[in-house]
Amino acid sequence: MLSIIRERLRQGHRTAKYPQIEPTLPQRFRGLPRVSENLSPQTLSAAVVSCPFAALSDHEGELQIDLGRCLFCADCPAAIEYGALTFSNDYRLATSLREGLLLNDEAYRLADKLGKKMHKLFGRSLKLRQVSAGGCNACEADINVLGTLVFDLGRFGIQFVASPRHADGMLVTGPVTENMKSALLDTYAAIPDPKLVIASGACAIAGGPFCQSPEVNHGIGNLLSVDLYIPGCPPHPYTVLDGLLRLLGKTPG
Amino acid sequence: MNHATLVRFRHGFGVPLADIPQLSYDEFRESLLEEVTADARVAAYFGRPVSQNNGEEIEIFAILAHDWRGELALLRTRVSGSFPSLTLECPQLHLFERELAEQFGLHPEGHPWLKPVRFHRPWLEVDDIWGRPQGEHPIPRDMEFYRVEGEEVHEVAVGPVHAGVIEPGHFRFQCHGEEVMHLEISLGYQHRGIEQMLIGGPHPAAIYQVEAAAGDTSIGHATAYSQLLESLAYSAPPPRAQTIRAIALELERLANHVGDIGALAGDVGFLPTASFCGRLRGDYLNLTAELCGSRFGRGLVRPGGVGFDLNGALLQTFSTRLKGLERDTRGAIDLCFDSPSVLARFEGTGTVSTDDAEALGLVGVAARACGLVRDSRLHHPLGSWAGGFDTPVIELDGDVFARSNIRRREVYASLELIKQLLKRLPAGEISSPLGSLAPDSLAVALCEGWRGEVVHAAITDSEGRIGRYKIVDPSFHNWSGLAMALRGQQISDFPLCNKSFNLSYCGFDL
Ligand code: SF4
Ligand code: SF4
Repeated sequence: MLSIIRERLRQGHRTAKYPQIEPTLPQRFRGLPRVSENLSPQTLSAAVVSCPFAALSDHEGELQIDLGRCLFCADCPAAIEYGALTFSNDYRLATSLREGLLLNDEAYRLADKLGKKMHKLFGRSLKLRQVSAGGCNACEADINVLGTLVFDLGRFGIQFVASPRHADGMLVTGPVTENMKSALLDTYAAIPDPKLVIASGACAIAGGPFCQSPEVNHGIGNLLSVDLYIPGCPPHPYTVLDGLLRLLGKTPG
Repeated sequence: MNHATLVRFRHGFGVPLADIPQLSYDEFRESLLEEVTADARVAAYFGRPVSQNNGEEIEIFAILAHDWRGELALLRTRVSGSFPSLTLECPQLHLFERELAEQFGLHPEGHPWLKPVRFHRPWLEVDDIWGRPQGEHPIPRDMEFYRVEGEEVHEVAVGPVHAGVIEPGHFRFQCHGEEVMHLEISLGYQHRGIEQMLIGGPHPAAIYQVEAAAGDTSIGHATAYSQLLESLAYSAPPPRAQTIRAIALELERLANHVGDIGALAGDVGFLPTASFCGRLRGDYLNLTAELCGSRFGRGLVRPGGVGFDLNGALLQTFSTRLKGLERDTRGAIDLCFDSPSVLARFEGTGTVSTDDAEALGLVGVAARACGLVRDSRLHHPLGSWAGGFDTPVIELDGDVFARSNIRRREVYASLELIKQLLKRLPAGEISSPLGSLAPDSLAVALCEGWRGEVVHAAITDSEGRIGRYKIVDPSFHNWSGLAMALRGQQISDFPLCNKSFNLSYCGFDL
């Protein structure tokens, strides 16, 4: 017993002071991109076709990036070869609308607080059922860490629960494989109304690296209406946490 | 031994298809069984369609590993329609033959356990051997489950959706009271069709798909993929890149092993270790992110080398952080291994015998916990490991304790290895251009990921494009080990046994 207490004192207090104090992310972390303006038509079209996941497009002569499809690749040719975009260190990426994920030269609009009625219901206590539907398990792993003492998700009134009957919403990861489609929809049906749906990770939003496979759907957008989109492959735990807190109106400022 | 029937080689080199003798099925069977008797194990076994003037045939390749010789043996044959199953004589083939049946509509006659593996449509225009309607997607877990009959016998079915933030899978227990007589596991829910997507490549998207074959083994899979392409292009990455890959591989092992020990402690209610390890796992992931921006090492390992250098101030960050991490990790882990109440739950739970482990072809942590010396860093080294790794960690009891203790000892070993590797990080480039792939060749790459051996194999077509790509995640072999471990156990010990294996669903399902 004494050795446990001694070790506890030695390990110290590790819960981050987030959201009062901003986290320091690694220098090489790739967050919110900025698209370059006034690209020559040649560079623009070369950049657009260079993305293997069709995340880039030509929007009235300017480059547009779909953060729902983007994997924030380390070797993004559009960024490296064509200088058409740069990745910042900003981890805040979650949005409320699918169109909101399309980023060009306008300011990026982060997720809004829930509507009045929903906020009244879930603002102080949100229970979520997580369903993994065909990803690579990295998204789930970085959601699981929100339960560790570093993030201590419970202090925000958010909890992952075992039964859909106890849940207020569903957080989905993975592109929705053919084999998981019906189990996913069954889980959704088992959650009492009103309920929220959160798509976390490129897979759940648009199919991620598997978007071309006939074995998967392109995320959950075609199956259910989504209240919160969290981009990334996988999204950083702070990206997920920021998204959830925005939804509940708990982010400062 | 009939040497003319097979090719022996070391991984790291492509083998021209023309050099691999075409055997009759009988010769193939005989050679394969002879090799397995002579201590070889099946590292990979797969088919590919080949057109013949009289229709389509399936060519089967067997890749056998002779660990102590550091050698691989390669056999090939052709079949069509059906062939006599070898599973009864060589049980480690059981899933590989089921794969052939599911992918190509072949019938392995006499297979004792012939059920679908991943529940997808056949890859060719053939009849499904289970008679499922053509054109429709099969329904997962739509198969005959093994049943124990009897008045006091009951069945427990769990999944696909489990009570936690984890991947989907279906488990069927046949129980007598609390005791599990048999566990059958039916997966496929995570099947994304990765092997099929890689055909025609190497595509620009491929490395991202491979990194996501099993997200917690991104470095392991990306390394195997890169080694494979490098073997086919007859080029080697610069020594500095190889050492950075090796460091990242050990960091991946550290993060996962530390996380697993925390999860095991949590499962038996020993919360100090559970919470300390939960934090420490994240710290190891963050260190990987310092290197390449991603906690899972996405973007680091690339064919030809690595995408990020470990230099300057970063080297300093690594040594300082690792020092602190080592102290905290030892403190957190030793606490739980010094606790009699934890040991009482770990010891004697979920035992797999050495013979069963060998028969099922277990690999990695699960195999080493049963006394099998299987570690590709030792037996099939490539790159930075060549000559550098000589002490695999072995335990003999095959129970939850053995699997946990392997992790504990490997955590300490990996910390030591990283220190050594950082000290002798060679100077020079971190990447070199990858040439074009040799046409009509086969190559194999093995990489000891944190769960065990990750095997990638590929065959190129006449233009040097990938014609068939095969991935064997360690979980492919090891799920059968978990099923064996449950025999005769209390069903309430399933979570503990399951965590002691901590296998990948997506790595199995691909
Ligand atoms: S980061 Fe990757 S997914 Fe995003 S635009 Fe670049 S290549 Fe496409
Ligand atoms: S989005 Fe990326 S990290 Fe998440 S499940 Fe898909 S492949 Fe894995």
